[in-house]
Amino acid sequence: MADLKMPSLGADMTSGKLLEWHVAPGDTVKRGDIVATVDTDKAEIDIETFDAGVIGALLIEPGTTVDVGTPIARIDGNGTPPAAPPAVAAAPPAEAFVHHRRVSPLARRIAADLGVDLDAVTGTGPQGAVTRVDVEREAGAERLVEAPAPAPAPVEAAPAVEHRAPAERLESLRAIVGELMTRSKREIPHFHLSREIDLSAALAWLEARNRELPAPERVLPAALLLRAAALAAHDEPSVNGTFADGGFRPARRVDLGVAISLRAGGVIAPVIPGADELSLAELMQALRGITDRVRRGALRGSDFTAGTLTVTSLGEHGADLVYGVIFPPQVALVGFGAVAQRPWAAGGMLGVRPTVVATLAADHRVSEGHRGSLFLASVDHHLQEPDQL
Amino acid sequence: MTADEARAVVLGCLSEIAPDVDTAHLAGDADLRRAADLDSMDVFNLVAAIAERTGVDIPDTEVAGLSTVDAFAQRLG
Repeated sequence: MADLKMPSLGADMTSGKLLEWHVAPGDTVKRGDIVATVDTDKAEIDIETFDAGVIGALLIEPGTTVDVGTPIARIDGNGTPPAAPPAVAAAPPAEAFVHHRRVSPLARRIAADLGVDLDAVTGTGPQGAVTRVDVEREAGAERLVEAPAPAPAPVEAAPAVEHRAPAERLESLRAIVGELMTRSKREIPHFHLSREIDLSAALAWLEARNRELPAPERVLPAALLLRAAALAAHDEPSVNGTFADGGFRPARRVDLGVAISLRAGGVIAPVIPGADELSLAELMQALRGITDRVRRGALRGSDFTAGTLTVTSLGEHGADLVYGVIFPPQVALVGFGAVAQRPWAAGGMLGVRPTVVATLAADHRVSEGHRGSLFLASVDHHLQEPDQL
Repeated sequence: MTADEARAVVLGCLSEIAPDVDTAHLAGDADLRRAADLDSMDVFNLVAAIAERTGVDIPDTEVAGLSTVDAFAQRLG
């Protein structure tokens, strides 16, 4: 038996409010299944279970706020259901049926948005799971041309728990980021370095690679920059880790935070765990995944593993460079400005090349200009050998 | 595909990949990257969603030149 606890989703979280259960007592869950949605000051976050088993009891009601670490559900066994689970043995009523169907959270959300009855949807995902595509097929093409009809009575009679209004969400997000950045500026002796990097080789290689591939498998320059930063952090460990209890704790792998700005305002930095162990294609998929979940408001608990280094990219219309502020307890932040055509001297000649200015904000308690320069040189080096990325 | 259908597909894909963009008030000739604040990942997802829905795979080299809903729709039509 294991307790599912209110998880800590970042150093800045002390409590969370349960918004919704996605499981009911008697449901079999495996590691990684989404069991609940929790509201934090940052965002609404889907919580996964780390234990497999059968949901024994739900310990708190939607709408309840509890401290991090408080047990919120009981999970029995190791995936072996009790001898005669009543919910499975008897013909399940329609409502229980919904609980037992495998429905991806995204599909559930879209179904609610479009007013689609999940019972009527045929699942084509793994083990008959209902996916986004299935819901959209059921919804038909109507949604393309007209606003969705008012949703009929919800399939699940979930108690109505109030979600934060957009303005309130922005306020709480800014407050939590503000608190963290204040702490950063107060406690961390920052130093800043920059290096302009020639991207002509990297972009030419990427263009040739993308030409061969269908749209969903292409790779963006943003992923190339992340990959180079992750590899460089591996080469220069003084930027990768946390500062806690008066000392630097280097991390064994690179859990890479990626700052993503929200259209409504505010910034959020979900983490790609083990970014240095992912191939370029896998890193691109991971980046696509977190961006997609940020845009849809469907981030997961695993997106908020404690990061060891954060990258911020200003994007194509961004400023030339960013003087970063470190996310405590991390010890560095890597910034990439806009990629643009700029004058570039090479071989005694002045030419024009696509370049990016990479910056490093780092913690003087842990490293200094020399080590930071080695890190930026390593980012540069990796970008000059794109076929090795 | 008629021009209206193509436009509906583009707007449908756009609201799928960027649910926080107000597509109802987005002019057909507005620059998506500026007016709707789409970044390169959003544009990537838009192109992927269009490919998934219509089978039309817009080459990477053309994507940079497409900046409005009308331009995407015209490319499909």
